[in-house]
Order: sequence, then structure tokens, then C-alpha cells
Amino acid sequence: MRKVAVVGVGETKFSGPQEKTEVELFAEAAMDALNESNLKPKDMQALFMGNCLGDFSEGQGMVQAFAAENIGCAGIPATRYEGACASASMALRDAFLWIASGFYDIALAGGTERAATMGTPLATRTFSMFSDSHYEYPSGITFPAVFAMLAHLYSATYALPLPKLKEQMAMVSVQSYRRGMFNPKAHLRKEVDIDTVLKSFMVCSPIQLHDCCPFSDGGSAIVLTSEEVAKKLTDKPVYIIGVGQASAGPLSSQQDYLPRIRAREISAKQAYDMAGLTPQDIDLCELHDCFSIASLIAAESLGFFEFGKSGEAWMKGETDIGGKIAINPSGGLKSKGHPIGATGAGQVYEVVKQLRGEIEPERQVEDAKIGMTDTLGGDGGTLVNLILQRGW
Amino acid sequence: MEYKLTFKEYNEALKQNKLLGLKCQDCGAITVPPKMVCRKCTSPDMEIVELTGKGKIKTFTTVNVAPEGREGEVPYIIVLVELDEGPWLMGNFIGTDPGNANMELISKRVKMGHKVFTGDKYSAGEAASPLFSFEI
Repeated sequence: MRKVAVVGVGETKFSGPQEKTEVELFAEAAMDALNESNLKPKDMQALFMGNCLGDFSEGQGMVQAFAAENIGCAGIPATRYEGACASASMALRDAFLWIASGFYDIALAGGTERAATMGTPLATRTFSMFSDSHYEYPSGITFPAVFAMLAHLYSATYALPLPKLKEQMAMVSVQSYRRGMFNPKAHLRKEVDIDTVLKSFMVCSPIQLHDCCPFSDGGSAIVLTSEEVAKKLTDKPVYIIGVGQASAGPLSSQQDYLPRIRAREISAKQAYDMAGLTPQDIDLCELHDCFSIASLIAAESLGFFEFGKSGEAWMKGETDIGGKIAINPSGGLKSKGHPIGATGAGQVYEVVKQLRGEIEPERQVEDAKIGMTDTLGGDGGTLVNLILQRGW
Repeated sequence: MEYKLTFKEYNEALKQNKLLGLKCQDCGAITVPPKMVCRKCTSPDMEIVELTGKGKIKTFTTVNVAPEGREGEVPYIIVLVELDEGPWLMGNFIGTDPGNANMELISKRVKMGHKVFTGDKYSAGEAASPLFSFEI
């Protein structure tokens, strides 16, 4: 397999409800990525696009074909990826594999979503579609309810008293917001303290409002090329050196592993093995903090901390910039936002900018060489991990 | 190859408070919710059996934010129950005020009834769900 490089990245601001269409959001991000890469629309050989709910938010299906044509790429193979919140990461992994295999030399990957524009009731209903429609939705499962049950189970499994766990969960949000304050692309830029989190509205016990990421609108795009092409375009190629992906069924089918997400452990191992690396080698990780508990669970399965102990690491600042590993220096899904079809590409955008040293000084990870992304869909039904390394 | 225990059949039984599952003829494991193959050994050779509907609560949550169209239901409690036969099953829970549900629920023994979600425009019809309550 050939080496594959990121040569250009683009991203809109992630926000609440706004009026640009999914295609418009993606088009803006894509043109930024193309401009950075010194390539033109006609150079793109394929489009790999994440979009979960355009059918519901805009009545737009098959958005990838319209996006391709809109930006001057009519005719290229355009494919839509839907893996709930992991959609854009699935798209990126596939783009990587098609270039690594030699079938393409240059591809555009990314995603777009208007989750905020849908409004909370419809967004809550449609996000529930990522759970089992016959065996879970009848009970009224919602996305926060999935992670709420994992939070209670985490407390019981690791004998961590719930009030202590909730304090650790709150700290996850506090840290994320603190970083997002310095991210001009972030949806929610505000400072909160632990107390504010613990006094916020109870969404699904024990998850409170400030434990939850927002619904967001946004688009993100990444230009990928073979190593040979990259070397002609840029002195700063960022190589994708490891990828992983795994799937799982409904929550009940994961009974032997919960609150651990088995699909993540499979996917992360694939990525680490391909890269020839261990968790200790990772300088920063944009992981899937859809809810604060999800961060604790993710950090442990990714191998950064012992099971049941990652909350202590957050309390001690070990997960912050300058700590043991910088987790979500972008502000994460919590603060930066979560336009689900685009989120995975947004994580890659952040990692690439960090590795290039192009981040606001307040949240730049010093001398970052290796970054990782972690994106989860649904009940842990889709997991994708990508590892990226500076190519200079 | 025929699907042994379809959602349709499972749902009809659940509306009679009967919990149907599948017993693997190769390894003996019980699979529920129904699948094409055994959840343990992946053999498709399974027979339909009736389960007791009894088990213990592994985790729970009280839902305060409803999906569109189900605003009249909140607050409600969702549980994951480990059935006596082994598999975990998701359902709702009554017998505790949703506002008072707490960690004491975990490991409590339950028995099963059902409730029916009448469906919405996305659901391909109605669907029953297990409704658990304290066994004693």
C-alpha cells in the first residue's frame, strides 16, 4: 500500500441553526481545502462524503452527487457514507484505502450536516434512528439515554460513587469549553465551572445539559493524495499512517463488554497496529465526546488511561494541553460542535492544523508530531480511528 | 434460509406478555432480541422458546427530553435487564417514580409486562416493548 497524505483542509464555523444549505456548507469547506492544496476541482478523482440526516433536515438525499457537481466535479464517483456520527471518518478511511491501493491519486473527503437546523424534537427523533428501531426505539431510546445508561453502568462497574463520577464528567466539559474559547470555528464558546455543569438541566439521568454536545450545522473537507503527488504540492504533508473501523449491534448485544465499547477497541487496535504505534506515542487525540461520559470511556479504550480511572486524569489536568496527552484541544464535540456528518473530518482538520503548528497559541499542542482521531456512531455501532503523522 | 423468529412474531407475543427467544441447538445459548443466528456461536440452527421475562436491572436512566411525537411520555425510565436466561434486554420500568430512580435500582430483580409504542411516520408501524416492574 502507498503512503497517503493530507494536503489541504477546510472547515466552516460550526454553529446553531443557520440558513446555508448542506451543499453550500460543504462547498465553502471544500474550496478552502482545495485552495490550501493548490489543486483545482478538475483534479479531484472521487468524492467521499459523510452525511447522516440530510433527508430529514432538508429533504435532500444523495447530497454527494449534488455537492460534486456544485463545486465543479460533475462526473466523478461520489459516495455518501452514513455511520451516524462516524460518517465523515468512514469516508476518510475509505478515501485513504482507495488512494493507498493505487486506484486513485487525488480525492476529496469530508462531510456536511444541519443537525441544529432540524430543531431539538426532530433531531432527537432522528438521532434515535441510530439505535435499533424495532428493539430499542419502542422503549423510547434517545442518544443521550444511551450514554446515560452507560454512565450509571460505569459507576456500578468500577465502584465509582455517582457523585464523584459526575464531578469528573463535569471536569471533561469544563476543560473542553476552556479550549473551545480559543477556537474561532467553535459553536459554543463560553466558560463554565463544575458547579454550573452540575446545576444544569437533567436531560437523561445522570447526564445534564452541560454534559451534552450541541446539535450543530457545519461542513468540513479534506484533500488527500498519494505521497508522490503530495511531494509536488507541499513541504508539509500530513500522512495518515493508521486506520481502523469496526461495527457493533444494539446495546444489549454488547453485554459482555459494556460500559466499554468493543467496536472502539477493535478499531483502535487496527489503527495502532497499522501505524506500528502504542497509545504512549500519541501527542493529541480528538476523541468522541458526544457526552462527557463518552470521553472517559473513549480515553480508556484508546489505551490512554486505566479502565475506571480516566476521570482522575481529567481532574489532575493530565488530559489537557501540557499534560500526559492533549485530549480535544479543539474544544471537542462539546464546544467545537457536532454536525454529525462532518464531525470526523472536523477532527482531522484540527489534528492537521495542530501538526502544522497553525493553531491559536492558547490551544496549540507544542511540537505535536502524531495525532489521532476517534469517532463513534450510534450505540457504539460504528467506530473509526485514524492516526496522522507529520511528514516533515 | 428462513428467518426463524421475526420481529412480527416476537411483537405479537410480547403484546400477550410473552417473551419469545431462540435456543441454539448447537451451543444451547439463548438469543433475544431475535437474530438470524445464535448470538454466541453464530449457528442459524435455533428453536423458538418462551422465556420467563425475569431478571435483574443492570443499568437505567430517566428520560426527560422526548423524541418528536412522544412528548406525552416523559419522564420515563429505560432499563437494560439481564434476563435469568443470560441475554440483556432493553425495556421500560415502572414501579418507581421516574424522578426518584437512582443507583439502588441496579441489581434489583424484575418481572416483565409490556407496553405499546403506537408508531410514527418513520417507524413502519407499531411496536411493543418490555415493561419491567419489581418482581416482588
